[in-house]
Amino acid sequence: MSESIISIRNVTKTFGAVRAVNDVSIDIQANEFFALLGPSGCGKTTLLRMIAGFTNPSAGQILIDGQDMVAVPPNKRPVNMVFQSYAVFPHMSVEQNVAYGLQVVGTPAAEISTRVANALERVGLDELRTRMPGQLSGGQRQRVALARALVKQPKVLLLDEPLSALDAKLREQMQFELSQLQQDVGVTFIIVTHDQDEALSMADRIAVMQDGNVDQIAEPGALYEKPANRFVADFIGKVNLFDGEVSGTQAGKLTVETAVLGKVHLTHDGEAQHQVCLAIRPEKIRISKTKPDVEGHITTRGRITDWAYYGDCSHMFVETENATQSGAVRLGVVIQNDTRDAVDALDIGDDVHLFWSPDDMLVLND
Amino acid sequence: MFWFLAAPGTFWLVVFFLAPLAIVWALSFGEQTSLVDTEITGTLENYVRAVGTPVYLQIIWKSLWISAIATFLCLVVAYPVAFLISFVRGRWKMLLLVAVILPFWINLLIRTYALLAVFRTRGFVNFGFEWIYNTLWLDTIFGRFQPLELLYNNFSVTAGLVYVFMPFMVLPLYASIERLDKSYLEASLDLGASQTRTFFRITVPLTMPGIVSGIILVFIPMLGAFLIPDLLGGTNAQMIGNVIERQFKAANDYPFGAALSFLLMYATFGALALRAFMAGRKSGMEI
Repeated sequence: MSESIISIRNVTKTFGAVRAVNDVSIDIQANEFFALLGPSGCGKTTLLRMIAGFTNPSAGQILIDGQDMVAVPPNKRPVNMVFQSYAVFPHMSVEQNVAYGLQVVGTPAAEISTRVANALERVGLDELRTRMPGQLSGGQRQRVALARALVKQPKVLLLDEPLSALDAKLREQMQFELSQLQQDVGVTFIIVTHDQDEALSMADRIAVMQDGNVDQIAEPGALYEKPANRFVADFIGKVNLFDGEVSGTQAGKLTVETAVLGKVHLTHDGEAQHQVCLAIRPEKIRISKTKPDVEGHITTRGRITDWAYYGDCSHMFVETENATQSGAVRLGVVIQNDTRDAVDALDIGDDVHLFWSPDDMLVLND
Repeated sequence: MFWFLAAPGTFWLVVFFLAPLAIVWALSFGEQTSLVDTEITGTLENYVRAVGTPVYLQIIWKSLWISAIATFLCLVVAYPVAFLISFVRGRWKMLLLVAVILPFWINLLIRTYALLAVFRTRGFVNFGFEWIYNTLWLDTIFGRFQPLELLYNNFSVTAGLVYVFMPFMVLPLYASIERLDKSYLEASLDLGASQTRTFFRITVPLTMPGIVSGIILVFIPMLGAFLIPDLLGGTNAQMIGNVIERQFKAANDYPFGAALSFLLMYATFGALALRAFMAGRKSGMEI
């Protein structure tokens, strides 16, 4: 295991009676693109601000490149931040903004001008160097904030919801550019986001947070395909969940009794509580108007009640025949429109068979 | 239709502000024809006399200086106060703001008289000093405490001006510090600047609108103050306001009083024009 650039050890932060961050430990490797993902109020921004030094942990340790940071003020830490609001100084030109962080530490003027020029070129702002921030668009201001942080050659770049203020098209472009930039400059990036697409598409590893706790730290693929618990499965992507009771276990096999699907036999290694939750991703469900001729698949029947067309794929809801006490169960299904007539094949009101392989199904503890 | 609503206010301004101002302006070009009559003849004699007599220029110059020093002291004292108010939360903020505004609820005359009780030779400041002096046993070494002469000099006038005009400085400063996005300060720290550097390179420039409004709100009325220098300064520390008042009352020389008033007005207009010009040149940095 390579040396970690940031080591968060049992960090807790309380605000009055509220535990914003609860005994969190994370190790982040050098040159990693790391995402802190979670709904608002989960403590991810507080964690980032503790790394930057704007607040101190109530308990625990933060090490940057092996050095304990607790007594180190923000202006002495080898990290730089891109703020959610960008915080580009409005009374300074683009160039002055980028030069500021070098001036205040007494970098020689000649070095400042070359480094500023390089940084501006890297983010594609060299032609706007004399503009004032008021004359820039949101995307350009963000580039200024990026250049201003990167020119300091930090060990770690912290990004607080960097894309949330941009429109959808620009956001997608910036996601790509940020990944590119991270590879070019070879700096560790830590990004805070509530947007799972952002985290999945950019990050090497993601920590999913909820109520101050880290639920899972994993690579994007593992997070999606092997979520650690119900919250992670539900938060990352779309998922259909079935509550059930384990009725039998033997050598990697599990039998689960559910209201909607009846008895389900699954392969599962690891622990399982008595009460479990079975999960299946919408795109892993197959749909057919006729009874499928498949062996060993989990099957159910229902009627299409809703349909949303997205061009490349369609999302639909299927109401199942077997209702639970709380009413009919609606399953989300995603189908790929991979042929031109795929869109006409199914319609609202159609009775359909749903089936999927038990291998695609997940057993989750709460 | 709605301009009707503005009619009473407009009427008020025209009749009670613009018209008197115009009359005073006209008077500054007049001369006294007898003890009670004044005729507007278009003469510049009053201005020539005001500018040509060193004592008036000196007193205008001194008024500018005292006002400038008092304004500066106001700014230096008010800035931390405003900063504190904008950073505290909840009911403390409310309490502190009320504490700043509280003096407005008491008549200026009473407050100024109260300052007499503070500064006179047998006043609270001297009592305080005497107590410290005696507690330290200094009276056994240097003899009896000699009270300081704090009243009727430039010090008491400056102190009075700072005290009375402080809220006018705190409030605009507070408004602009409150509006300041605190992430600018964090960004500056994050980029390696110390707290002091952040203050002078980020906080001060970004709250400049508040600083400028505060200075204008405080400096201009200070320049024309006459009650405070009259009560606290006596005859030793007069300001131009006292001289003007005397022309209109004791000396009964309306044209000369008007000319002095308008000299002050021209100076003020000049300063405001300069500020507008400076602001115009830097408009690119407006937030």
